[in-house]
Amino acid sequence: MIIAGIDCGAKNTKSVILRDGKIIGKGMTLTGFDQASAVKESLDAALKDAGIDAKDVDKISGTGAGMEEIKDASMKVNEIRAMAKAANYFFPSARTVTDVGAEMGRAVKIDERGKAIDFAINEKCAAGAGAFIEAMARAIEVELEEMGPMALQSDKSIPMNAQCAIFAESEVVGLIHAKTVKEDISKAIHDAMASRIVSMIRRIGVNEDIVMIGGVALNPGFVGCLKRELGIDRVYIPADPAFGAAVGAAVVLKEEA
Amino acid sequence: MGEEEKKQEYWRWTESNWKNPGIKWEDAKIVTVGIDVGSVSSQAVVMTDGQVYAYSNMRTGSDSPESARNALNLGLEGTSMPESRIDYCIGTGYGRVNVPMADRSITEIACHARGAHFIYGPEVRTVLDIGGQDCKAIRCDQKGKVTNFLMNDKCAAGTGRGMEVFADLLSVPIVDVGERSFEVKEEPEPVSSICVVYAKTEATGLLRKGWAVNEVLAAYCSAMGHRIFTLIERIGIEKGFAITGGLAKNRGVIERLTKEIGVEPMHTEWDTQIAGAAGAALFGYALVQKGKGRRK
Repeated sequence: MIIAGIDCGAKNTKSVILRDGKIIGKGMTLTGFDQASAVKESLDAALKDAGIDAKDVDKISGTGAGMEEIKDASMKVNEIRAMAKAANYFFPSARTVTDVGAEMGRAVKIDERGKAIDFAINEKCAAGAGAFIEAMARAIEVELEEMGPMALQSDKSIPMNAQCAIFAESEVVGLIHAKTVKEDISKAIHDAMASRIVSMIRRIGVNEDIVMIGGVALNPGFVGCLKRELGIDRVYIPADPAFGAAVGAAVVLKEEA
Repeated sequence: MGEEEKKQEYWRWTESNWKNPGIKWEDAKIVTVGIDVGSVSSQAVVMTDGQVYAYSNMRTGSDSPESARNALNLGLEGTSMPESRIDYCIGTGYGRVNVPMADRSITEIACHARGAHFIYGPEVRTVLDIGGQDCKAIRCDQKGKVTNFLMNDKCAAGTGRGMEVFADLLSVPIVDVGERSFEVKEEPEPVSSICVVYAKTEATGLLRKGWAVNEVLAAYCSAMGHRIFTLIERIGIEKGFAITGGLAKNRGVIERLTKEIGVEPMHTEWDTQIAGAAGAALFGYALVQKGKGRRK
């Protein structure tokens, strides 16, 4: 059976194609303001990647902030359920999964079958989401992709007073004026955000193994700060972590079918 | 800075100073000064025997001591009063410990209550101070003494900084935001995001959907009014409701907020931004009168 999983997120829309539980294609596109066309575009890209036609797909499963716009979906999967299942799919030993995307951060405690037991969520405040690092990258005039590698080059720990992304912007501008090097500022930014995600994870308890999905998992600087804040050696990250929730949605549908 | 570049700074408001023409400082027994160095704006209020003689209101720079100095200079500008005439000076606000000419510092909560009590009158019982980077809801007694307070200084939503971000985003001078937010056919739904970062994204989406700039301003003013309402509601509003700080000048937020609260705010002819510094100067006056305040 061929299943498509689509995650319509705040920033990117991700599609994956699963054939008998194996990933055979992926597609990603910027969501922009027209969610419906982003859904179509990302699915088309995934189909092309898999080398199949739209008619070959048996069923579609949707998740993410814009899941209502995935008109062809026969199933809509709650984000918590999708990420829990994704963690279990990639790493059966996972007991905690955190998903950090552009405009949200979540942490879910899961059992050995990938069922969510408890969760904590932030969708209201940019301070605990990828948008925080994006805003700071703009403030210090560094490309978003360079932020993480830059942070890894610093071993300084400069505390940030501001939590709010808007206030933090003024604070990092102050650091630049004080001639702080961008590597150290970048580290301070990632530390600040990691501590927010960790306090969210602590609300549900830190149980290893810990899996991270979502676009922010691609940022090595953030993952480094996260491990240090959690005091653990390893965070499990699947290949292409941004597709995590899309895979989870597809797996949920497969198991129900 | 070129004229062209200045035009781009939509958040910028006019700095000002004022001198009371009815007072001759030479006749004063006691001269006290309050300097409020806030995160965004700084004020200096010069009082002669407990009356406002002169004040200044300006933007805070990156350096607190320098901002305090500039505010005092602007306050004394054109008064011919030498600085040595000042009997006592109190610093307040976010940068209060960095006011070099201050004899002591007092928290902005106490100063705002005291200052609101002075500029709005002794009926004041609830003070809402909406500053550049914080928002305080203060309850006080008939003497202007603080009995309880709540404060948000963690999140830009519901502070002047949030409005500055929107003024820049929509290219509307910040002083025009309030008026323009009423130039709409119908009151729109408020912006639903609390976080200013997300509200910006939401506003961009609304513009794309064809909303007029004024409609977006209205939607943000009402979202901000609601956000501030949730803070003040927690402390409870007693009649004698005074609003201080820069946002008090934004009719777009204040009218929508007070409609939700259901209590009419009091009126004043004074600049609402000087409340903190006025309170500080009054505390200084009281100390000198009691013989406790002596210039270092």
